[in-house]
Amino acid sequence: MPSPRYTREIPSRYRLEAGRCKGCGKVTYPARTICPSCRGEEIEKINLSPRGKVVTSTVIHVPPDDFLMEAPYAMAVVETPEGARLMTQVVDCEPSTVLPGLEVSLEFRLIRKEGKSGILCYGHKAVPVA
Amino acid sequence: MAGIVGYGAYIPRKRIKADEIALQWGKNPETIKRGLLLQEKSVPGFDEDTITISVSAGRSAIARAGIDPQKIGALYIGSESHPYAVKPSGTVAAEALGIGPEVHIADFEFACKAGTEAMFVALGLVEAGRVDYAMGIGADTSQGAPDDALEFSASAGGAAFIFGRDDMVAEVIETYSYTSDTPDFWRREGEFYPRHGGRFTGEPAYFKHVLAASRAILEKTGLKAEDFAYAVFHMPNGKFPMTAGKQLGFKKEQLDTGWVVPTMGNTYSGSSPTGLAAILDVAKPDDLILITSFGSGAGSDSFVLKATKRLPEVQGLAPTVRSMLDGPRQYVTYGEYAKFREKIIVNE
Ligand SMILES: [Zn+2]
Repeated sequence: MPSPRYTREIPSRYRLEAGRCKGCGKVTYPARTICPSCRGEEIEKINLSPRGKVVTSTVIHVPPDDFLMEAPYAMAVVETPEGARLMTQVVDCEPSTVLPGLEVSLEFRLIRKEGKSGILCYGHKAVPVA
Repeated sequence: MAGIVGYGAYIPRKRIKADEIALQWGKNPETIKRGLLLQEKSVPGFDEDTITISVSAGRSAIARAGIDPQKIGALYIGSESHPYAVKPSGTVAAEALGIGPEVHIADFEFACKAGTEAMFVALGLVEAGRVDYAMGIGADTSQGAPDDALEFSASAGGAAFIFGRDDMVAEVIETYSYTSDTPDFWRREGEFYPRHGGRFTGEPAYFKHVLAASRAILEKTGLKAEDFAYAVFHMPNGKFPMTAGKQLGFKKEQLDTGWVVPTMGNTYSGSSPTGLAAILDVAKPDDLILITSFGSGAGSDSFVLKATKRLPEVQGLAPTVRSMLDGPRQYVTYGEYAKFREKIIVNE
């Protein structure tokens, strides 16, 4: 069965929709209803820029079952120009070259397949900027 | 009058060289490279499919058009490799592109012609005034059977075009379609690899339809080959489009820009549309452009376009085809290629 959570997360996964607190300007991804820094409840919807910088990274050699064929691959925390941080795979490059400070673009990619006959789950992955 | 208001393309960064495939099957790479005029081809990663290619190309098209995606009233994706057998590629792509829910969506399929089919219908709806903007996309991640000639060509990529009536970057002057029932290439439901009629794919299929459609649109418009700055024909290999172009009276200089197949491969529904995108990347105002697609089964769609003075203003707003072909590439071995294309049987 397709997970209801996947459907609920489509705006943030597909369009990088995030929330910005009207009180203090804090950007949260995915959007939250209450600001984690000032407890403000007025949150406006924004779309993150599809690019950012690697804050920290690691190389996965022993992945979960769905990603067995992809190992080894790089995972990173990427910060967008709006200050939002997201955890994402970094692809189309040598995993060991993914280091803090690396400039990346965020591209729409297939994240995982729910088994052989289930739904396809899409979202964003990071790719080093040429 | 209607035409293209924005366009974009996408080609995966993974590539495999023709030599690598030839060596796997004990073939002489030089024979392949000389015979088919193919050097390398794009390979989709595990995470790239017709939907992700459509979204990347579509985002570039929206960036160049400079329009609110909510104004796009129709979205059509043509492909022979839609990821789902049942469930549209278009709904996923629309959601990612910020189009809809007020939008008409359909997935098209017509072997390699599905992309220009999507463009044809998108243009028609805009001309009719039914919608203000419509997007037509051709994208594929096609498979050739191991050790089949198609394995040297079947590649991944695509292009997206937004049609509208204002602020065009290229006007559509005329269209023409030529279709007949021709069993040159097919894949039955449930089969993994396509089959083809070998030599039958040349004269009675590709050349018959491409030449008929191109000749008819030239006659319909009263234009001659020498009136055009550029022409692009469907590229199943390097040789066919050059031969067709020359038979129609086009010179190499008119064909070179759109002839992206030697290093991209045949992106099926994305083939001639990506060639057109490569032409739009460099065309100048008032340049005339001819595009003729071909889809097995079989048919050809032709369009005559004229670049406007807005085109040079948008060329730099998204990655060019050339920058993706010549930019960062990741070469894979045949073993890695077999893994990426899921040709290897693994335990569940
Ligand atoms: Zn706040």
